Amino acid sequence: MASFRFLYFLQKYGIQTMNRKNAVTIQDLHKNFGSLEVLKGISLEAKVGDVISLIGSSGSGKSTLLRCINLLEMPTSGKIYLGDELIKLKKNRRGETIPESQKQVDRIRTKLGMVFQHFNLWSHMTVLDNVTEAPVHVQKVSRAEAKEKAMAYLEKVGIADRSHYYPSQLSGGQQQRAAIARALAMEPVVLLFDEPTSALDPELVGEVLRVMVDLAKEGRTMIVVTHEMAFARDVSSSVVFLDKGIIEEQGSPQKVFTAPDSERCNRFLSSFI
Amino acid sequence: MDFQIIIESIPRLLDGTLVTLQITALSILLGFCLAIPLALMRVSKNRLISVPTYGFIFYFRGTPLLVQIFLIYYGSGQFQEFLSQVSLWNFFKEAYFCAVLALTLNTAAYSAEIFRGGIEGVPYGEIEAAKACGMSGALLYRRIVLPKAIRIAWPAYTNEIVFLLQASSLVSIITLMDITGVARVISARSFAFYELFLFVALIYLILVYGLLFICKRIEKRLTGYLNFQH
Repeated sequence: MASFRFLYFLQKYGIQTMNRKNAVTIQDLHKNFGSLEVLKGISLEAKVGDVISLIGSSGSGKSTLLRCINLLEMPTSGKIYLGDELIKLKKNRRGETIPESQKQVDRIRTKLGMVFQHFNLWSHMTVLDNVTEAPVHVQKVSRAEAKEKAMAYLEKVGIADRSHYYPSQLSGGQQQRAAIARALAMEPVVLLFDEPTSALDPELVGEVLRVMVDLAKEGRTMIVVTHEMAFARDVSSSVVFLDKGIIEEQGSPQKVFTAPDSERCNRFLSSFI
Repeated sequence: MDFQIIIESIPRLLDGTLVTLQITALSILLGFCLAIPLALMRVSKNRLISVPTYGFIFYFRGTPLLVQIFLIYYGSGQFQEFLSQVSLWNFFKEAYFCAVLALTLNTAAYSAEIFRGGIEGVPYGEIEAAKACGMSGALLYRRIVLPKAIRIAWPAYTNEIVFLLQASSLVSIITLMDITGVARVISARSFAFYELFLFVALIYLILVYGLLFICKRIEKRLTGYLNFQH
């Protein structure tokens, strides 16, 4: 983990490292919902500092893939590593995948900050309490320290003045920025975004994207499921196009957006222009 | 209208009010402490836990409270020997204990069902967010699910509290001197039924609205997050 921090700082100051370590490694991931096979063998690597955009039409499995990484969906088979650490899974009697150790899963989830489409802030807590909740009660950080950090992150996403508001008193964009602060507060190794702007009014999308661009510039490792093609094209280090549960096209944004090998990818992208 | 008799009975009726309040408060407190674990057991995926719990709730919701009180108070008499052996008879021979036990179990069953509704009403996204933050098991329930469930269930639970206060009048039948009990004794001697029970109704009204006032204050505090103030 120490090496993660080190690489993170190198990234932060713009120093390119030759052999960046893998932050997340996915090997041959399959996911079935009943008889429906949603993911048909996905292998993907996210190196430290990568910003990977997952694009594809709805039903292509991109959200499921993202949710498998922090085990909000249990993969049917396949392996997921965070850094060098394999998330240990096993089968129960009914043949369902379950974690071997809930403790490991809980620990790994704190290193994977998740931002949801519908924010999912805890509505009975103030914004500040939302942000300090996991550090205080999961990571056992002292309340004072957690609060100080929370305010710093709220400052970073631009809603420090709303820290004592309840989520219902904020606009969608402010709620999503609070949710990003909540994810950041755990100081995760990787940030996972599940269509973070899809539930927002068009005029509020910008403020959330700006925060995400800033995070990308800091060199944070991010995996983003998105329909914002401008973000995918301009911010990400690589773009992955999913179709019917397989990776149909993958590469630098330049390649995927200008000269995709896949005909399907071409058609998908042309529908955005 | 014989006002004299009401004025003369006020001290005794106030004693009765105290008994009513005591029994109600004890039953609500103990019932609440039972209801939360029961609600959690009720939503358990383990059928060995959820089915017996449902049986308990089914029984106490499905039978009249008066029958439950009779069963515990008079019914326990038939098991005097056994209850003495396990040194519980000293409790069961007291009408006060039996009354509180019956009311507690009854309200626990109803409240458990109310809180189960609350637990199932917690938005799934908020639970997922908690899981994604590394919470699971007891921590997840303690920090996210239960606080939210109680807020959702509170208005319905308020109803249950009011119901229990009124239902506590049934304990007068097993010799307890609550408001109703006192009024029954006095009216039986003086035949001033109309005056006394009108006054008793007034006392209950005041108690109920007092309770409602307190519950509303708690509700306001609990559900502050619903007030939209920009």
